[in-house]
Order: sequence, then structure tokens, then C-alpha cells
Amino acid sequence: MPDGGGGQVLRPFLRLSGVRKTYPGVVALSGFDMTVAPGEVIGIVGENGAGKSTLMKILGGVTKPDSGTVEIDGVAYDGLTVGGSMKAGIAFVHQELNLFDNLDVAANVFIGREPRTGGILNLVDEKKMRADVAPYLKRLGASFTPDTPVSKLSLAQQQMVEIAKALTMNARLVILDEPTSSLPLSETEKLLEVIASLKAEGIAVLFISHRLAEIEAACDRVVVLRDGVLVGTLDKAEISHDRLVKLMIGRDLKVAYAAPKGARGNPVLVASGIRTAAYPTHDVDLSLHSGEILGLAGLVGSGRTELARVLFGIDERFAGSVTLDGAPVRLRSATDAVEKGIFLVPEDRKGAGILLDLSIAENISLPNLDAYAAGGLVAPARERTQAEQSRRELGIKAPSVLTRTGSLSGGNQQKVVLAKWLAMKPKVLIFDEPTRGIDVGAKAEIYRLMRGLADAGVPVLMISSDMEEVIGVSDRIAVMHEGRISGFLERADFTEENVLTLAIGKQLRKAG
Amino acid sequence: MNKKDLGLLVLIIVVGLVVYLRNPAFLGPQNLANTANLIGLFGLFSIAQGFVIITGGIDLSAGSMIALLGTLFVDLVGNKGVPWPIAFIIVMVLGLALGLVHGLLITKLKMQPFVVTLCGLLIYRGVARGYTADATAGFPFGSEYPGLDFFVARIGGIPVSVYVLAVVAIIAWFTLHRSVFGRYLYAIGKNEEAARFSGIRTGAVITSAYVIAAGLTALAAVFFAMYTRSVQPSSQGNFYELYAIAAAVLGGFSLRGGEGSIVGVILGTILLQELQNLVNLLGIPSSLNFAVMGGVILIGVLVDQQWNAFRARRRIVEAARAPSSGVAAETS
Repeated sequence: MPDGGGGQVLRPFLRLSGVRKTYPGVVALSGFDMTVAPGEVIGIVGENGAGKSTLMKILGGVTKPDSGTVEIDGVAYDGLTVGGSMKAGIAFVHQELNLFDNLDVAANVFIGREPRTGGILNLVDEKKMRADVAPYLKRLGASFTPDTPVSKLSLAQQQMVEIAKALTMNARLVILDEPTSSLPLSETEKLLEVIASLKAEGIAVLFISHRLAEIEAACDRVVVLRDGVLVGTLDKAEISHDRLVKLMIGRDLKVAYAAPKGARGNPVLVASGIRTAAYPTHDVDLSLHSGEILGLAGLVGSGRTELARVLFGIDERFAGSVTLDGAPVRLRSATDAVEKGIFLVPEDRKGAGILLDLSIAENISLPNLDAYAAGGLVAPARERTQAEQSRRELGIKAPSVLTRTGSLSGGNQQKVVLAKWLAMKPKVLIFDEPTRGIDVGAKAEIYRLMRGLADAGVPVLMISSDMEEVIGVSDRIAVMHEGRISGFLERADFTEENVLTLAIGKQLRKAG
Repeated sequence: MNKKDLGLLVLIIVVGLVVYLRNPAFLGPQNLANTANLIGLFGLFSIAQGFVIITGGIDLSAGSMIALLGTLFVDLVGNKGVPWPIAFIIVMVLGLALGLVHGLLITKLKMQPFVVTLCGLLIYRGVARGYTADATAGFPFGSEYPGLDFFVARIGGIPVSVYVLAVVAIIAWFTLHRSVFGRYLYAIGKNEEAARFSGIRTGAVITSAYVIAAGLTALAAVFFAMYTRSVQPSSQGNFYELYAIAAAVLGGFSLRGGEGSIVGVILGTILLQELQNLVNLLGIPSSLNFAVMGGVILIGVLVDQQWNAFRARRRIVEAARAPSSGVAAETS
């Protein structure tokens, strides 16, 4: 157990100075300085690619900085290892939890270091394990017991298990990576209380989040990263939503966004009263108009992807109807959607968008193989002709159309996914996080392709968690919150604040 | 005992009752002792299979291993004049060594368990047949081996194999459900990557599972050899790996790993033997044996899964029938 000193401590627990890390072509972190005192709660904000994850990897001992020093509890580490970081008292609670859902809470907390009964049998000492975990759960205000199976816990409760695990390891610094991104608001409040109780015990917390309201509520200090550079530190009194946003996006926009050519046309796809398996009690109404890019914003877990999957026929629609050009469409499977020209560029590019082991040409022809076949046999020449054309039109950078898609960059893979649908004359295109993990250059090209589609009369529905993208690319924004659409925004009302306000389920303040 | 085990137990009792009503010989002492003996023998290597399946692996070589080690045991004792306790030790050590080879190929050389043990299935069967030039390995007529009858003896009317299975099952239960090693098996089966990141030496744990499995299979091989008295290397143990996998699946094991229990696999074994017995006692042509078994497993697993899926879907459908609880979307 850590000694519960009240926060007035002489020496910082963690000191980073001049930490620099470069990857080929990218400066991930340049000359980063930071100190963390025991019991301090520090928020770390920044957009995707700002250097947050590199910083975490360095603290976790996963990657080594090129230069600079990492000092933990007065000891300077040259080559910090995963084990060394753990021993020094740094514990991670990852965004994607690593729990074993076939075991109970106590077993998860003590996995890999189980107390034993001793003697000849030397079994797992379940009693001691459960007894040891119980006080930590109590301290965290958990409503479950040590013998509860993890499969029965909510996400927030599972996070609590991870935090309990950190505490039993005598962690002195707990790093929470986007802990609230998949939590409903009520559970988020619970987590904020946990952070406060950690602080009270002299345990430092690094809190990484996109949700600025929580940062404001929980942190003593906020560190803002942009393009690998620390662009500002705000103390408790200085933290405000506006200042954070300004620091986060206060750079020249690297991407030029094209405006729509014409006015918004007639509705092409109209979805009314849609209910998904994730939110069977909420109706979603949405119409996509010719010529527009409709951005679909919202927090992770707000039901956006589920909606897209229902519109694409992959998931079952439990209520509601969809019409295309005024006629109702049957969407019992993705085959139905593809026949009607409703296409999805999925979030999981490598798992669901393309087949990594197939060539560019084979990926493009796959959903429409009949068109490339003669007498039931695939004609590779036809595949290649189409692929060559797609490669020119979309600017896919590859040595040949026979190149394995697995060897392409993320941006070029995404272009292959798009090429596959463009070759089939789309009526409606749905993009789910179209530019996640894609570099700025390829991003701009994908935006250009989207705009081209919209201008050609093919409406685009774009799910995105990237605020800059949602505001820059969309002609209209729909915001989802816990399974329902909490509001629509027209271009004049496009602000980060408006989107965030709707995303956390609050009403917009009417401009006075 | 969880709900699934309880369901299996009820099924065993119901099937038993039906068979008994149709043919009272089912509960006759002779039939009971015979069936119990088979449960003891099949239970040994079904538990073995369970240890491997829990890690997300599979052992297809069990049947061939029973043939090879059984042939070897009988040949050593009957023809080579090796005292049977020594032969027993040789066979056990060889079995454990084969398990070690399986484990190392899978963990060190990253081969798939299915491929490794499929090759084992082919190789051991071939070697067994080659070893005797396809002849039957048997004991010379009239020979006596003091103590060897232990494997087929009955104590208090109950076959020794049942006692051995009981002891093995208790040890296996503690190992799987109460020991640190067992805990690691479950963790690895669920998420090997996360287990490795928790500091578990996953390679050593998985290899041990294959060693344990092969050891239990070797023990079963000796019992089977003594049960059949002479070993026909081309047919001994044929398809036994599938009996073991079936018993595990019936008993609630997931072939993806991380799920299953000792009680489950034993109940699975009991049900399979009961079905075999049913075919004999109800006068069903024994050629239909496999068809009956396959049908029961298929229906059992199907009902179990579909029932859960059905209930999950019904919950959503009912929720979707209620009026929308959302505030009206504000269209601007």
C-alpha cells in the first residue's frame, strides 16, 4: 500500500526532459518536458497523431526515446523496459481492456501473480485473493464482489477491475487511456470519483481524454500536445473549454476542403424509425439528400456504427423502414444493399474492408465477380482492365494492380475499398471513420473523392470521430447520443462546441 | 456443477430411464460393470483432450497413440520378456515424450495444433502397423503375469478403471479448477496475448497441457491393451480422438478455448457410452452406432446454442416493440 501522503511532497514522481522520438518521416515527439507530482491529476489532450500514444509507449517501456531522459522517483532510466516501468509503479488502464471474461474479478486482478496456499498442493489461494481484493473494490466504491465473473460486468466496472489491479501492484502513477470514450455519462461520473480517491491517496493520474468537460472536472493541470510538440500547459484555474480547443486545433489547416458545387437536392435515402440491436428502444430518423455529405458525429458507442450496419443490411433492423429514391428497400443482408447500390466503407479496414492477401485487382472485382467472368470462369484480363482504370482515377500508389493489398499504405488500402464500390455505380455511400490511421496527404484525396461523389449526385454519409474532419468535410452534421439523434447542425452552426454539446446529450444554447 | 452440467445429468438419467424401461438388462450388474469399465477407459483420454482443448488446441493423435503404445506394451511384455512394471514405465515415458514433442512443435515452432496432431495420428498408426508388420500383438498362450490382471480386476464388483478414473478426475479437477496452472490454462485459452502480457509463460503452460494429455492417453493405452488382451494395430483405438472431442464438446468445452470443466467432460463421456450401450440393448443395428452418436451431439449442441441466441433476440424484439423513448430529433 502506498503511504497516503496528502500531496505535499518534495520530489516529483515522474520527470521527463527533452524526450524526443522520431519514426521514419514523422517526428512523434520533439523535446517533450513534463513533471508529475504524487497525487497530481494531469490531463493530456491532443488530436489523433499528436504524440499521445508515443508518450504512453515510452512511459510503458514499450519504445525507447531517441534522446532525453525519463526519471521515475528520482531514478533516471536509460532503457526503460515493460517490467521496469511496472516495477517503478506505473500502471496502465488501456482503452481496450485486457481482461479474461471467463474468470472472476479476483482472478483477473491477480493474474500472473496468484497467492498460493503453500504445502504440497500449492493451489491458488482463492480466499486470500478475494480477501485482498475486497478492500480495493470498496475503496473504489465498486458495487460488485471479488467473485463476480468479469463477463457480468459493465464496461465501467471492468475499468474498475483494471484500476484495482493497478492499486494492488502498488502503482504510484495510473495512466488512464481514453477511459471514458465508451462509457455512458452516469458511469463516467463514477470514474471521476475514482480518480479523486486515487488523488487523495497520493497516487498520480495521467488522464487522456477527448472529452474536454471531464478534463475540466478532473484535472489539476492539462498538457496539450500538437504534432509532437507540447503547445501549452493550463493550470486548474486556467482550464476552460475554449482555451483547450484553441490550443488543440490552433494550427494552419493542412487540408483544403472543397465546397459543394450545387445546392442540396432531393432526398435519396430516407431511413425512418430505425431501431438497432444495440438500442432497440430508440428510433432513428435520417434522410440523405442528393449532393450532400452528411457527417454523423457522436461519441464511441453512441450507435453510429450500428446504424450504418443496419443501413448496409449486415445487422438486423428491429423496426423502421428505409426507402431509396422513394421506393422501400428490403435490407435483409449486405447482398440486398449491394444490389441496390448502398455501399459501406467500414471502420475496420483490414478486417472488413479488404482482403489483405488478395491483389488490388482481385479486391476490386470481388463484390461483382459475375461482371468479370465469362462462362462461370473469372477472366483476369477484365479484372486488370478495371483495376488499371481505378488506379488511374483514384491515384492508388502501387507497383502494379497485382500487388497484394496487405503491402499498401493505409491510405492506398482505403482507396482500394473505395475503388471496389465506385466500379459498381453507387447510389449511396456510407463511410465509417474513413481516414482513421491515414496520413494527411491521403486524407485530402479521400475528401476530394467524397466531394466528387456528392457533386455527382451520390449522397455520402460520413461517420467520424475526428472533429476537424466532421466540421471541415460535412455539408450537414447529425449528432448521435446514446442511440438517438440528438440534433442536426447546418453549416452556419458548425462549431466544435455545438457538436460536443449534442454528443453528450445536452441541448444547444440558442444563440442570443 | 453449473446449469449446463445439470442439464447433461438430467439427459443422462432420462435416456437411462427410457433404455431401462425398454430393456431392464440396462441396469443388470453385468451391463453396469461393463459400461462403467468403458466409461473409465474413455474418461481417461477424454479428460486428456479437455486439457488441450481448454488452451484452444486439439489432440487428434489420441487414437493412434493408444494403438501404438498398446501394441508396444503387449509386445514388450508378451514377446520381449520385459517385466510388466518396466514395460509400463517405458510406455508412460514414451507417451509423455510424444506429448512434449507435440507441445514444443506447437509453442516453439508455431505449428498449428491441428496439423501437428493430425500428423501424429498418421505417423503413430503407421508405426504401430509397421512395428508388427500388421500382425496382432498378443500374449503367448497360457502365459501368466502376476499382478498384470490388476488392470482388468474388479474391486467390490466395480472395475479398477473406474477407481483410476475417479482418482485422475479428482487430481485433474484440482489442477484445472484450483491450481495456478489451471488458472493459466483458462487465461491462455481466452486470450493468449493478454496472458503473455500478464507475465504468464504461455509456451511452458501450453506444452505442459500436451504432456499431461499424452500421459493420460498412455495410461489409457495400457488399460485398453489389457481390456482387449491382444492389440490389432490397424483397428485399436480407431476414432477414439473423436470420442474424446465429442465428450468435451458435450460437456461444455468450447473449441475456441477458455471454457470447459472436468465434471462436464466426464458427464459427456458417460452420455456417449450410454448411447453406445443403448444401440446394443435396444436392438438397433450396431452399424448405426456412429449415426446415433452424431445425431445426439448435433442436436444437443444446436439446442444449447440456439436457445441462447433465441432468448437474446427475443429480448431485443420485445424492447423494439415499445414506443420510442427518445426525444424527438430536432430538425433544423
